[in-house]
Amino acid sequence: MTQKTGVIYQGFPSEDELSRIPGMPSEERIKKGSVACIECAQEIPCNPCEEACPYGAITVGKPITNLPKLDQDKCIGCGLCIAACPGLAIFVVNGSKEKAEVSFPFEYYPLPNKGDEMDCVDREGNMVVKGKVLRIVKPPKYDATAVITVEVPMEHLKTVRSIKRLGRSDR
Amino acid sequence: MKTTDIAVIGAGPAGLSCAVEAARAGAQVTVLDENLKPGGQLFKQIHKFFGSREHKAGIRGFRIGQQLLEETEKLGVEVLLDAAVYGIYEDRLIAYITDGKDHTIKAKKIVMATGASENALAFPGCTLPGVMGAGAAQTMINVNRVLPGQKIIMVGSGNVGLIVSYQLMQAGADVLALIEAAPKIGGYGVHAAKIRRAGVQIYTSTTIKEVLGEEKVEGVIAVNLDEKWQQVTGTEKHFNADTVCLAVGLSPLTELAWMAGCEFTFIPSLGGHVPIHDRNMETTLKGIYIAGDITGVEEASSAMEEGRLAGVACAESLEYYDENKALELKNQIWDRLDALRTGPFGEGRFTAKLKQLDARRQLA
Repeated sequence: MTQKTGVIYQGFPSEDELSRIPGMPSEERIKKGSVACIECAQEIPCNPCEEACPYGAITVGKPITNLPKLDQDKCIGCGLCIAACPGLAIFVVNGSKEKAEVSFPFEYYPLPNKGDEMDCVDREGNMVVKGKVLRIVKPPKYDATAVITVEVPMEHLKTVRSIKRLGRSDR
Repeated sequence: MKTTDIAVIGAGPAGLSCAVEAARAGAQVTVLDENLKPGGQLFKQIHKFFGSREHKAGIRGFRIGQQLLEETEKLGVEVLLDAAVYGIYEDRLIAYITDGKDHTIKAKKIVMATGASENALAFPGCTLPGVMGAGAAQTMINVNRVLPGQKIIMVGSGNVGLIVSYQLMQAGADVLALIEAAPKIGGYGVHAAKIRRAGVQIYTSTTIKEVLGEEKVEGVIAVNLDEKWQQVTGTEKHFNADTVCLAVGLSPLTELAWMAGCEFTFIPSLGGHVPIHDRNMETTLKGIYIAGDITGVEEASSAMEEGRLAGVACAESLEYYDENKALELKNQIWDRLDALRTGPFGEGRFTAKLKQLDARRQLA
C-alpha cells in the first residue's frame, strides 16, 4: 500500500500543500533574508499570529478559520509569531547567507546550548544533518516556548524543522 | 436548609465561566464539585489554546483556569469541593455528599456543567495495568507529575491523542507510535505535525490486536484494518511498549440530567444521548440549564462560552439583567461560539448543535 501524502494522512503538510497555502514566502524573498514560513494548512478557528506580528505582515481576518496570509514584504523575520502560534506551525528561514538559518519553536527540556552541534530533523523527525545552534530565545513573553535557531547547509533550508529531543540524561 | 440563587454543578471551564458571568451580574452563586480541587480538566492543559483573543488564544489552559478561579474569588462565588451531587429533586433541591455526610441545597436556578468521561476500548489485554485513558495519563503527568510509563502506544488521533502524545514526550516518555483505526488523522494537522517532527509515526487504518503481558503491559500487537474495518492477518506489528493510552472519544456525563427528567435527543457526533436545550442553554425543565461537554462533546473554549451563556441567561431570568442588556451579551457570546464552530473541524459541530436546538423547537 502506498502512503497517501498530505496533512490528514501523514500529519504534516506535503510539498504540494505548502506550495498552495498563503503563509509561505517566495524563493526570492527567502534569499533576501529572514522571513516567516506559516505552515498552517487547515482552516481551524485560530488567529494569535495575526495579533503577534508588530509589522502587520500576517492577516487572518474574518472568519477566523481563514488560513493566515503572509505579506512577505512587510515581514522582517523577527520571529515573534513563532512562539505565539499555539500550533507551533510557524518557522523563520534565512537564505541570504552562505549557510541557511532555520528558527523553530521548541518545548522540550533539556534545551541545547548555544554553539552545540545538534541532530537536525525534518517534518517526519528523520535526522537530516548536523547543525549548529546559533541562538536560543526564551523571554517570559513566550511563556516557556523556546525559539531555537540552527545553521544548516543551504540545501536543507526547506527540510530542517526541528532538532532531535535530548534525553533527560543527556545533560 | 442552605439556599442560593444559582447552583452550578461542576467547577470545570463551563461551570466556572458560568459562575463568573452570573456573579458579575449580581447573582449569588454556589459551585459544587466532587473533586478536591476546582478547574476540571483545565489545569492539565499545559498547551497554548487556539481561537481568538476573546477565547484567550495563545494562553496555556492552566493559566486560563487560574484566571477563572481568581475571578470567582473576587466576585465572591462560593465553591464547595468534595461535594458529589447525587440527585436533583423537585423544586430544584440538590442532594450531595461531602466528607461522607448528606447535604442539601435549594437553588432558584441550576446549571449542570458535569463534563464528559473517556470512552474505553475492548481488546485482549485491555484490563492489564498500564492500559489507561489518555486523559488519565495527562492528569498523571501534568497534575500529579508522575510518568505512567516510558514507552507509550497512543490509540486515537483526535486532538486528545495528539496533544497527550506531545505532552507525554515533554514529560520525558517516548511515544513509540500513534495508531488510528480510521484511514486519516482526526485532529488538527498542527498537533500531528508537532509529534511527527518529534519522530512519532502515525499509523492510520490500524488498531490494537492484543496487549501482551502477565501482570502489566509488556508489549502491543497492532494490526492493519481493511476498508471494512476488518483486521488484515499477516500485517501485525509488535511494539515493545509498557503503556497504552486510549484517546477514543468522550461521552457526556448526563446521569443527573436523566435523573432530573430532562428530555434527550440522540446525536452521535456530540457523543450520543444529549439533553435538549434552547439558545439560553435551558433544558426542557424550567430553571435547569446545561453547559459544556454535557451538552455534547466539544472542547474547552466552547465549554467556557456555553457556560457564560447559561450564566447570563440565569442572571436575566432572576432579573439581574434587563432583557436588552442580556440580549446584547448573549449575542456577543453566540458570535464567539459560532466562530469556534466553523471550518472543516467545526462545521459538523455547528450542524449538530443546530439539530439539538431544533429538537427543542419541535417540542415547544
